[in-house]
Amino acid sequence: MKDDITREERVAGLKGMGCSRKRVEDARFTQGKGNYVDDIKLPGMLHGDFVRSPYAHARIKSINIDAAMALPGVVAVLTAKDLEPLGLHWMPTLAGDKQMVLADGKVLFQGQEVAFVVASDRYVAADAVELVEVDYEELEVLVDPFKSLQSDVVLREDLVAEDGSIPNGAHGPRKHPNHIFTWEVGEEEATNQVIDNAEVVATEEMYYHRTHPCPLETCGSVASMDKVNGKLTLWGTFQAPHVVRTVASILSGIEEHNIRVVSPDIGGGFGNKVGVYPGYVCSIVASIVTGVPVKWVEDRMENLMSTAFARDYWMKGKISATKEGKITGLHCHVTADHGAFDACADPTKFPAGFMNICTGSYDIPVAYLGVDGVYTNKAPGGVSYRCSFRVTEAVYFIERMIEVLAIELNMDPAKLRSINFIKKEQFPYTAALGWEYDSGDYQTAWDKALAAVDYTGLRAEQAQRVEDFKAGKTRKVMGIGLSFFTEIVGAGPVKNCDILGMGMFDSCEIRIHPTGSAVARLGTISQGQGHATTFAQILATEIGLPADSITIEEGDTDTAPYGLGTYGSRSTPVAGAATAMAGRKIRAKAQMIAAYLLEVHDDDVEFDVDRFVVKGAPERFKTMKDIAYAAYHQAIPGLEPGLEAVSYYDPPNMTYPFGAYVCVMDIDVDTGVPEIRRFYALDDCGTRINPMVIEGQIHGGLTEALAVALGQEIAYDDMGNVKTGTLMDFFLPTAWEVPNYETDFTVTPSPHHPIGAKGVGESPHVGGVPCFSNAVQDAFRPFGNRHTNMPHDHWRIWQTANSLGMHG
Amino acid sequence: MSNKMHVKLNVNGEDHEFLAEPRELLIYALREKLNLTGPHVGCETSHCGACTVTMNGKSVKSCTVFVAQADGAEITTIEGLGSPGALHVLQEAFKEHHGLQCGFCTPGMITRAAKLLEENPNPTEAEVRFGIAGNICRCTGYQNIVKSILAAATELNAAKEAAQ
Amino acid sequence: MIPAAFEYYRPKDMAGVIALLQEHGDDARVVAGGHSLIPMMKLRMAEVPHLIDLQGIDGLGGITIKDGAVRIGAMTTQHEIITSQALADAAPIMKEAALQIADPQVRYMGTVGGNVANGDPGNDMPGLMQCLDAQFHLTGPDGDRAVAARDFYEAAYMTERADDEVLTAVTFATPVGGHAYEKQKRKIGDYATAAAAVQISKAGGKVATASIAMTNLSDTPIWSQAAGAALLGTDCGEAANKAAVAAMLDDIDPTEDNRGPVAFKRHAAGIVLGRAIARAWSRA
Repeated sequence: MKDDITREERVAGLKGMGCSRKRVEDARFTQGKGNYVDDIKLPGMLHGDFVRSPYAHARIKSINIDAAMALPGVVAVLTAKDLEPLGLHWMPTLAGDKQMVLADGKVLFQGQEVAFVVASDRYVAADAVELVEVDYEELEVLVDPFKSLQSDVVLREDLVAEDGSIPNGAHGPRKHPNHIFTWEVGEEEATNQVIDNAEVVATEEMYYHRTHPCPLETCGSVASMDKVNGKLTLWGTFQAPHVVRTVASILSGIEEHNIRVVSPDIGGGFGNKVGVYPGYVCSIVASIVTGVPVKWVEDRMENLMSTAFARDYWMKGKISATKEGKITGLHCHVTADHGAFDACADPTKFPAGFMNICTGSYDIPVAYLGVDGVYTNKAPGGVSYRCSFRVTEAVYFIERMIEVLAIELNMDPAKLRSINFIKKEQFPYTAALGWEYDSGDYQTAWDKALAAVDYTGLRAEQAQRVEDFKAGKTRKVMGIGLSFFTEIVGAGPVKNCDILGMGMFDSCEIRIHPTGSAVARLGTISQGQGHATTFAQILATEIGLPADSITIEEGDTDTAPYGLGTYGSRSTPVAGAATAMAGRKIRAKAQMIAAYLLEVHDDDVEFDVDRFVVKGAPERFKTMKDIAYAAYHQAIPGLEPGLEAVSYYDPPNMTYPFGAYVCVMDIDVDTGVPEIRRFYALDDCGTRINPMVIEGQIHGGLTEALAVALGQEIAYDDMGNVKTGTLMDFFLPTAWEVPNYETDFTVTPSPHHPIGAKGVGESPHVGGVPCFSNAVQDAFRPFGNRHTNMPHDHWRIWQTANSLGMHG
Repeated sequence: MSNKMHVKLNVNGEDHEFLAEPRELLIYALREKLNLTGPHVGCETSHCGACTVTMNGKSVKSCTVFVAQADGAEITTIEGLGSPGALHVLQEAFKEHHGLQCGFCTPGMITRAAKLLEENPNPTEAEVRFGIAGNICRCTGYQNIVKSILAAATELNAAKEAAQ
Repeated sequence: MIPAAFEYYRPKDMAGVIALLQEHGDDARVVAGGHSLIPMMKLRMAEVPHLIDLQGIDGLGGITIKDGAVRIGAMTTQHEIITSQALADAAPIMKEAALQIADPQVRYMGTVGGNVANGDPGNDMPGLMQCLDAQFHLTGPDGDRAVAARDFYEAAYMTERADDEVLTAVTFATPVGGHAYEKQKRKIGDYATAAAAVQISKAGGKVATASIAMTNLSDTPIWSQAAGAALLGTDCGEAANKAAVAAMLDDIDPTEDNRGPVAFKRHAAGIVLGRAIARAWSRA
């Protein structure tokens, strides 16, 4: 057989790994033919809507639903009393706590779900919500976690024994009724000893404010209970559909094979859609009660007030070093405000997520991390907003501590980083707080970044600007924000990563069709990451069929293999690995088929792009297309017909993407308005599957970082009222506020991942937040600034300038 | 109160007539009565632009228009901009330049961009950014959206020149 | 976010509007673009059992410029203000301000009438109208009357307009000299942290006339007569600018919100006014 195209052409034709393949998802999205939860319309479908608490802390004396029930079109009004007989008035959280589905005697945060109205349409439902009369008795509100730990006011009476003692929580002993857990990693005594005897010590307290992932599509679900067949179908905004199925089965008692959970197209997640929310449960119960489908879709205000927030970490750090700047120890304590219920989405053994990556990219010999979780009268959550579990907090912490130490040492912060990087030859590197970093070449990345922006020149320009400012020639100061981050993603090895006991492996199932096309199904679910495009690329390279001939399906638990979903940049590290491994199983069988067809021994053929060739005789080959057909339609002795494979991949380790970011910012000290002049982002995510998609992820992650650093927050007043409940006040930048970013990369493959990929979706957020914040802080450093808390909105920046005496 | 009224809309060139309460929002009428689920509901307070449609020649946020106000209007949604065999230049450009990720803002964004280019066929980058500032995207950071729109403008202008 | 039900009316003439307003009193509201009212209704912060849509009334739109006067019909949108070359020539401050209101889609719908009539201290047009010493034309059961913009605002959402009156147009003399509308905001779509409307004319190198109004720094727009007076006869230099700012600061009374504490807002007000004066003077 002759081949009329070159090997290069064959490689290009596959559109496999490494090429900027255009996205297959875009045809439907650009034409308005996506299928999101709120697009689902079923015959007879009812609409659910919540009565929510106006108070942050109150006892419920009575609920009167008569007027609401009397409204034409209202089918049911559910309260905790209705759910109690089903055991559904409370539900387990992902963090081992439990959470009220509907208020059971009291409310613990503003916006908490009190009653669920089910009506013929959304308009009637909204009217009925107004007609439910709830009599509240207001209680003292605790919004400050430090006060909460001192207060006599008990938020969670359900977690205090009758004799007043405090039973252990899911993560061990609790020292106060409002205390959730203490989590400690590392050696405190040894760390203190090093710090106490160090030549130089820097301490700092910082608050990483409460914010919210705020995907453009809010959370919602459509539940349809088919009473005839006993089957429940649940469509919803789920980043982890299989987890939802298992939890729904445990909660409802419906056997898991009778539940089908579908995540259709998802309009962004960013961590907000990992958790299980009362709305999902209520839509299920309402469908069971009414026998018809019930839709629940929250509005924006409900989204910001009640579904999972992110951060709210009060961090206290001590870092020690020699006079020359070699870091000798790090101590970190966090007071973590988890709100009214501990609904963090972290692997079970990590109640503060991977906060213990807080030694960052630096070779720190000894360290300690202690975290205390606290209940307050705020919404539950604590999800990882565009980052792996609490990694944004950890990286922000260390990147601020480095800056503060640089001030203490009177040293350039870029140089301080260089002195302390984990060196290339130290990988795999075991950090003081336990993680084994897989691979890295930090210094090379750092040098490339600093050269790209002419760091020395920028510092000279900044020095001149300081002179000009002091001379009254300008009212703008200039900041150079640096950050070097190491992410820890791809949760994770089942030996230490599970959620509610569910191991965090992931999966891929491949079916090759006889004519040489294929479908692959995964346990993950794209929310914009473009899995249908990129996973097909992995597979194309692995099995030698064109990506364009491979359909990727996710999100339907009836068809997809079990997996833990998409968050924490885990899709490529875990499901991507499963895809490659399943592909290799296909290839292994294909090799036997090829050998049979070519009448040689199995070992005498080798894989080459899209075919198996006889070693030493490249003109003798069988393409994967030929092999696929033969697999089904030719009797091959000793082989079953068909060409399918499945892989459940339990990763041996996490992956550790890293990057070097630089932001140049000019700040008007009179208005507090920052202007981003330049942002350079170098990312190393290991093997690059689709550069176009990677770049898009970086632009998006940086923009979310900009928002968080410069103004985005969920703010409460002393009464526990949410002050930022609409997009007027909750900062989502528009195209006008966002700069163009320069992207760059190095490639340091992961040694343990089948294709060397590490994951990238969250890196820009993790590295971006400290970079933007450091830029603001660096602008004021020459004037005496050491640390100010985010968000750096206009008035807080102005306040910094003001407190430094820069307003004359 | 169910004081329903007759509402007439011309949507994407087709006449529709239906009964609706005056308070029903145009976005829900389009999505639920006419099954045009391209435009989406994002913020509900006229900040995000996911619900953008063209109404009587104006880009509007259909979450902030009562269906009663729209009675008699001519409306274009994303579904009316192009067809599978003949995509609008902007639809092609967004695909080509990775101007979308989760796709939720995309219909509103493209609908708005189409109007922008109609009014300003040669926008600068700043004009594009200012012109789409009523549409929030959470995924892309806008860089590739801006690129897509500028590329579409170039293409549209080239096509116009070629036609002349 | 679903509003309560209401009766909807689209009368064909002003008499019909007035009759409905008389019949339903403060249960009725007129709506133009609706971009102030509808969000309030959706949040159920405004209850409007009777909604009267003005889009069927002829003669409420349009921009007329003649004999040194500008008339802008109440239903004129911000978008129309931005795209009217005649208005940009006659009163360029209108375009400069309108471009800083909300976003493109909202500007297609948001009208001058709606912006000035509802008394939201966050709206930009009221301060601008005070700067231009505009007259607001009201039609009611007893006929037409005009109220000066500077006398129109009583408190947040409280104005001189009676419940059964409709604001039909704003008029003002074609401004002379230089202008500036300076607005600090957190992002596109936000109300002002502080905004200043300034119109200055020059004669013999000195300030001949000066009018200054501030937005979102009190529960009404603030026309600061004293600030304008501080500039009169000066060379509009640094000292005069400072004096005007100081005078303005005596007139405003900002409150703390998510945009910042009072001290910051006062500082920002001073900065935006200082810049607005400088820019207006440079164009005078």
